[in-house]
Amino acid sequence: MRGRIIDGLLGIAAAVTLATTLLLGLRLPPTQEQDEYARLIAVHPPIAWVAYLAFGVMAIASLLWLLPATRSRRWDRLAAASAEVGVVFTSLMLITGAIWGRPTWGVWWVWDARLTLSALMLALLLGYVALRRVSVDTERRALVSAIAGLSAVVVIPVNHFAVTWWRTLHQGRSLAQVAPSSQLDGEYIAVMLVGFVAMTLTFAWLLSRRYRVEALVESLEDVGLATAIEERRREGVEAFA
Amino acid sequence: MLLLGDDALLLLRDAALIAGKDLRVELRSRVTINQVAPFAVLVLVLFAFALEPDRGLLTRAAAGLFWLAVTFSALLAIQRSFAIESADGARDGLRLSGLDPAGIFLGKAAAVAVELLALEGLLGVGVVVLYDADLQGATLLLATCLAATAGLAAAGTVYGVLAAGVRVRETLLPLLLLPIVAPVVLAATRASEAALGQAATDGWPWVRLLGVFAVIYVAVGALAFGPLLEDA
Repeated sequence: MRGRIIDGLLGIAAAVTLATTLLLGLRLPPTQEQDEYARLIAVHPPIAWVAYLAFGVMAIASLLWLLPATRSRRWDRLAAASAEVGVVFTSLMLITGAIWGRPTWGVWWVWDARLTLSALMLALLLGYVALRRVSVDTERRALVSAIAGLSAVVVIPVNHFAVTWWRTLHQGRSLAQVAPSSQLDGEYIAVMLVGFVAMTLTFAWLLSRRYRVEALVESLEDVGLATAIEERRREGVEAFA
Repeated sequence: MLLLGDDALLLLRDAALIAGKDLRVELRSRVTINQVAPFAVLVLVLFAFALEPDRGLLTRAAAGLFWLAVTFSALLAIQRSFAIESADGARDGLRLSGLDPAGIFLGKAAAVAVELLALEGLLGVGVVVLYDADLQGATLLLATCLAATAGLAAAGTVYGVLAAGVRVRETLLPLLLLPIVAPVVLAATRASEAALGQAATDGWPWVRLLGVFAVIYVAVGALAFGPLLEDA
């Protein structure tokens, strides 16, 4: 019951802050360099932060499941929920980035180190979610996905070096040169901070909802199994009688 | 050998047993030779269709195309490596054999690595003949092949056993493995470009990165293979 109340409050807080971000973001004045597109700063960096946060939560929950001292189904559910919400936010990060990149850089996509890493991150998350979908047995699925989740994370530093060297060896283009953060004024920063609060609350709310659904699915499976065993047993008794 | 303890020697013996078994199966069934090798060469030919038979373009892209062909072939070799365990209850036999799971992992990865090295030799000839590539830095190229192959085989074996229990593993394995081995394709391509004289950069930092990748996945595999095999 208490969980439901917290859920409800989280949802309301997320909705209110999201609406505030929307209203304030749309009222920001267009900038000289980026015109109307500068307003994307109210949502794009906060979405990116949540995308990394979701990846991190998935990794830590996977690790906690793998450690015998902290092994619990809760961590498995949390990792599953975080990965799915992470897919949504990582996709949104790439989409809002492309919408901003097209008028600013003239292209939807550049092979920048950070963009490439984000795309790989989305692929890793999609693989993780797909792996969970096809596994049948709950225990086996928890083990397999915890190992997959963690082994996706240990490769991130190697990925980081590879794409950074790749881009710096070829050409010096980087987000830093055209990033909007270099000449921001207070109004923009304030709206972006509201955006950070809004996206983090939205993440927490989605995570908690998804976690609950996962728990319900598991209990449904348990109940289903118990019912099936009970039915078979009754059939056996009736056959004897 | 004196530096290694008894445990390490046993581990290597187990690995050699498994690698020997897998390679014997491949030699007798000839699936790698009759199917995977022609597939790899076919990929090289198809790349030429995609990129115009303009020799300059193919030569410049030779390193990347070579490693893409190796990566696609690696997917097949790994599927195969776990397909032979799924028939005739072979996995139960493996589990009951009393061999060290880390040894089984090393053995299976080593067998895949040997198959991939043989394929790379064949594809290397293909790249020289079909794409007019010029093999200049032989030492660098050899080191790249060894480090990249170790990484591909180790990561592939980890994900092979991860996907082994599920029904749709044929489509799942590429989705899981390709983003993981993306840095291998990238690093091996850059190092090979340096070795083929296509880029004026130093290839050795890339080889070291490939080495780090291989060490990470050998460690992951050695730790994770036991529980994964036990529960499958």
